[in-house]
Amino acid sequence: MTFARRAAVVAWKDLLVERRSKETLNALLFFSLLLLFVFQFALGPDRERLAGVLPGVLWLGFILSALLALGRTFLLEREHDCWEGLLLAPGDKSAIYLGKLAANLALMAFVETLVLGLFVIFFDIDLGGALPGLPLVVALGTLGLGAVGTLFAAMTAHVRAREVLFPVLLLPVQIPVLLATVKATEALLLGESLGAVAHWVKLLAAADVVYVVIGLLTFDAVLEG
Amino acid sequence: MTAEPVIRLSDVRKAFGVQPVLDGVSLEVRPGEAVALLGGNGAGKTTLLKIVATILRPTSGRVFVAGRDAVRDAEGVRGRIGFAGHGAWVYDDLTATENLRFWATLGGRAPSDPELAAALAAVDLDRTGTARVRTFSAGMKRRLSLARLTLFQPAVLALDEPFGGLDQRAKKWLEGQLETFKSRGGALLMVTHSFGRELGIADRIAILAGGRIALDTPRGGLDPDDVQRLYAAHAEEGA
Repeated sequence: MTFARRAAVVAWKDLLVERRSKETLNALLFFSLLLLFVFQFALGPDRERLAGVLPGVLWLGFILSALLALGRTFLLEREHDCWEGLLLAPGDKSAIYLGKLAANLALMAFVETLVLGLFVIFFDIDLGGALPGLPLVVALGTLGLGAVGTLFAAMTAHVRAREVLFPVLLLPVQIPVLLATVKATEALLLGESLGAVAHWVKLLAAADVVYVVIGLLTFDAVLEG
Repeated sequence: MTAEPVIRLSDVRKAFGVQPVLDGVSLEVRPGEAVALLGGNGAGKTTLLKIVATILRPTSGRVFVAGRDAVRDAEGVRGRIGFAGHGAWVYDDLTATENLRFWATLGGRAPSDPELAAALAAVDLDRTGTARVRTFSAGMKRRLSLARLTLFQPAVLALDEPFGGLDQRAKKWLEGQLETFKSRGGALLMVTHSFGRELGIADRIAILAGGRIALDTPRGGLDPDDVQRLYAAHAEEGA
């Protein structure tokens, strides 16, 4: 119970600070809009061309905005000298990891929903045939990205070149997730059923379990430095 | 019979890379005792305090806090120590009450609203409890940081410049709080640069110089001038 309450208070704090400061959210929204405009101009109205690149473009948008959001996860603690406070909090430190992950997932889900909505409007796409598979694939992909991203954000928070190091560390580890999400998204947007992409969904679920467990087990050591 | 030390450091050494900071520090603080740690800039006072608080690990030596090994059982120590360092540990976009609630919950407590209000009232922040900390002065943030400590019942307090940035009223309140803490058997280790009123709380004065405890003496009847002389003789020569 204490573990859950401690995780919840970390998530509550991060989301409340973000709701009031809107530092990350504003950056993400402007960045997503910019990305959509660029893609719209680059791809044009050619439906066939669009169908081929849309899954990649969609996930490129998700990943780039996630990199922005995740990279800032522990800057808040550093900027407010609160890292020591987190370290000295008695009890299992993985509660802090879980709270941070939950806040990141909420933020990423909000931005992804918005980006997806804008994609539908900008590119005139009908997502009806991709339901309910697409939200499931996006959710699993986001969890994988968030689980590793939250851990690596903590690892690189005190590193001088963290803006470079963070994506360099994160993206190679994310290859199984990226491969599975892009392939599954492509198939679902082409009208295939969820059953047809079950192997990708299973891979995503397995990767998520591994990433979250590794995050929970190693966060204590990461926080201790 | 003398009580067992609550804080015990034996031959503690700490180096950052090849740069030694502490070079064989031994120090004890007993229940109900306050030790003021003096020393010049870069003497290693904050490093020593952070080792006691389990934020840093010593390169070698033994550290026991409240009967626990601070290196092997850091988690055991963390539930028994209150620490206030240079940072106030406050989030600017949360209110004072929200900050206290966050740290209390993270520390395993579930404080009631009246309890939080009382903690804020104690440091004269009750009227600004719903204001965002962004609007606070440095002194108000410091007071909020000290209010956080009152929500717990630690056996040990490790405080870095606890009186720094406080107004006279807050200083008086803090003196009272620390006296009460001592009278309940708490052990206090505080770093200070002041030779004035805040030394009044100390039972012993330890001067850190050259990475070692150059002087460890009861404060007794020493007045600020005596402390100044001792400091000049030990800290400045050892620097």
